Amino acid sequence: MQKRAKFGVGIGVIVISLAFLAWLGYGESKTYYHTIAEYQQLQGSERSHRLRLAGTVVPGSIRRSAGHIDFMLEEQGKTLSVSYVGSDPLPDTFVDKSQALVEGRAEADGRFRAEMVQAKCASKYEAAPGGDSGAPARPTTQSSM
Amino acid sequence: MDVFGNFSLLLAFVCAVYAFVGGMFAIKTRHPLLVKSTRQAGIATCVLIFLATISLEYLFFTDNFSMAYVVAHSNRDLSNFFKVAALWSGQEGSLLFWSTLLSVYVLSVLIAYRNKNGELMPYVGVVMAGVQIFFLTLNNFVENPFKMLGAVNASGAIDMVTRADGNGLNPLLQYPEMVIHPPNLYSGYTGFTIPFAFALAALLARYPGEKWIHLTRKWTMIAWCFQSLGIMLGAHWAYAVLGWGGYWGWDPVENASLLPWLTGTAFLHSVMMQEKRGMMKVWNVWLVFSTFLLCILGTFLTRSGIVSSVHAFANSQIGPWFVGFILITLAVCFVAYVKNRDYLKSENQLDSVISRESSFLFNNLLFLVACIAVLSGTLFPVFSEMLSGSRISVGAPFFNKIMVPIGLAILFLTGVGPLLAWRKTSEESLKRNFGWPLVAAVVGCVVFFALGYRDIYSDLCFLLCSFVFWTIVQEFYRGAKVISARTGMSMMMSAHELAMRNTRRYGGYVVHFGMVLIFIGLAGAPFNKEVQRAMNLGDAMQLGPYTLVLQTADAKADKNYTADRMIMEVLKDHKQLMMLYPEKRKFFGTGEQSGTMVAIYSTLREDLYVVFAGSDPDTNLPVIHAFLNPLVKWIWLGGVWVVMGTLLALMPNRKAALVLAAAPAAAPSTVAPAMNPTVTLREGHD
Repeated sequence: MQKRAKFGVGIGVIVISLAFLAWLGYGESKTYYHTIAEYQQLQGSERSHRLRLAGTVVPGSIRRSAGHIDFMLEEQGKTLSVSYVGSDPLPDTFVDKSQALVEGRAEADGRFRAEMVQAKCASKYEAAPGGDSGAPARPTTQSSM
Repeated sequence: MDVFGNFSLLLAFVCAVYAFVGGMFAIKTRHPLLVKSTRQAGIATCVLIFLATISLEYLFFTDNFSMAYVVAHSNRDLSNFFKVAALWSGQEGSLLFWSTLLSVYVLSVLIAYRNKNGELMPYVGVVMAGVQIFFLTLNNFVENPFKMLGAVNASGAIDMVTRADGNGLNPLLQYPEMVIHPPNLYSGYTGFTIPFAFALAALLARYPGEKWIHLTRKWTMIAWCFQSLGIMLGAHWAYAVLGWGGYWGWDPVENASLLPWLTGTAFLHSVMMQEKRGMMKVWNVWLVFSTFLLCILGTFLTRSGIVSSVHAFANSQIGPWFVGFILITLAVCFVAYVKNRDYLKSENQLDSVISRESSFLFNNLLFLVACIAVLSGTLFPVFSEMLSGSRISVGAPFFNKIMVPIGLAILFLTGVGPLLAWRKTSEESLKRNFGWPLVAAVVGCVVFFALGYRDIYSDLCFLLCSFVFWTIVQEFYRGAKVISARTGMSMMMSAHELAMRNTRRYGGYVVHFGMVLIFIGLAGAPFNKEVQRAMNLGDAMQLGPYTLVLQTADAKADKNYTADRMIMEVLKDHKQLMMLYPEKRKFFGTGEQSGTMVAIYSTLREDLYVVFAGSDPDTNLPVIHAFLNPLVKWIWLGGVWVVMGTLLALMPNRKAALVLAAAPAAAPSTVAPAMNPTVTLREGHD
């Protein structure tokens, strides 16, 4: 039995200390996902969290100026002004109409201050979540058999 | 060709269902003809899947732009090399590719063991066919790659459309490594199906003896080797193409590839406990089951985009199918386990805290905790939404905080474990085995500290790397000395002979050596430096010991893209060192997409990593982003050693040279080696 107790203590110490580290890391990096509509409704302490939002880049809205890049994101009819202040260059896929993910914090005036931007290109032939009806051709659901 | 491919896929589905249902009857009735016909149905399934894949490739090579999948992922100017890779650049093709690679494994198993393991093979065939049925269902009915392009006309009917050219391949994928990385990773993912099939089959058949565990181990090693190589190539691709200066970002798709690797690695260690001491049988079976389930989960995460990720290009309706398959598989495993759990009874108990057994136990504990940490971190948004309603993600700090200490603890066990004795280790043997490596470890750590690498985790890592390295050298040295004394061969030759006589053990050490190199590379990360500036022609910037001078810029054109290229001179200590050419490519046929080509000057000490990040919006000057990343090259070198070690461990053992002395010249061709009056070496890592 004594041997078992020794193993138990060893395993316990390892698991508890790793759980503590996990909790520290969680506190440091947790980020809340919201839709743009939800973001505009956020109150009090919820606004101070680190946030992640997604949307489609509004065509023509990308303005580059010294130190930051401003653009608008659109999701389900709601738009949001974003200021990107990160030091990394924006990804090659970040262009008008691309789907972008932004991470950062809310500013007092309702703008969003993004520290990280990810983007993927809207594929012409996959139906976009917003229902992009302008696509010239789509795959049929019929197969050719 | 599209009709042919489609028909092959459908027929493959039918054959797989026959192999599955017929296989179950074959197990019940034991009718030899039924056993044979279901095996042949299994073979036919594989061949038909190959035909479907070949016909899809044919459609790519003939630029058939009436096919939706070809239009979406290729264009006329795409080189043939990338037309091969276009097969797996989208959802439908990737899933077909999954089926194809799985078929390579299934076919090898069916043919290699057609006259062996008679009691076990029908069960194995049924499990493999079950997995194939799932993927063929997706290929045929959910994500069919052979869809025609169509458009709705005025009267509401659908007309077939043929386009003049395709949309082209995603520029991020137009990179040679993207052609070899997915096949490797997918070979890993699919390969874990085979150990799963053997483990589940052995449990269901209550197959006597330890034969199945050897088979499971061997196939796990093959899949593990591909998985390791796939992860390495993926990291290298991210490093060389994405242009952010790093190789691992704890992205969900990266994590997904790491999960089965962690449980697979745990299994490759704990399986020795079962072979040598008859312990941890339940644990091992569940490790194999979990590894397979994590492979399916990984494929699901990669393909479904359930957790937002830069990789998850796809966003389709395959989610419920995968969740359903995972739940059914889990249920089958659980029922099989509950019904046959007495078959997995342990034969021994742990004797001491300082023993080989306990080092394996802690090794497995750490791998399991690592796996749980990565899994929960990856799926955190999904779970938090289910539990609290708000979607919360965790980022790199979470993973680093927990994985760095786990990694170091595992590294420590890498050095200690193999030198501990089974059952109980005496104090004297501890001193004998660990004295010199400990001294060397401290010296190694001091050297790195003196070189300017000062960070608590990194220094600890260097200490442990040095320690593990010297334990491995000591093992080779001691073994080689014995052989050298007996045979008079040189030490190098003896070390080679030693490795060939017990490939499993010394292959394992080579893998450990590779891991040491990888850890050295990882420990360089805290010392990364970077600088970013808009530069005029002739401007210089300083980064560490290097001076970068922007000489000039030019443009070049290729069949499929045009590129803006920066020509930069690199100086070190005011002496010209070399030229670097970071470039930005604009691809045709892909809208406005562009690609970054990073220029890297790589040495063992550090990588100089230069990116042309675009033009400054106000001044229109080119912006250069340069990184100085110490020791990164060690990671790629380590990866090579890991793969070589695994291959060594897969080779059969060479018999000791004593054999030749006892039975001279005549024996080899006629007498089977096992008949020789030889001192049979116990196989394995002992």
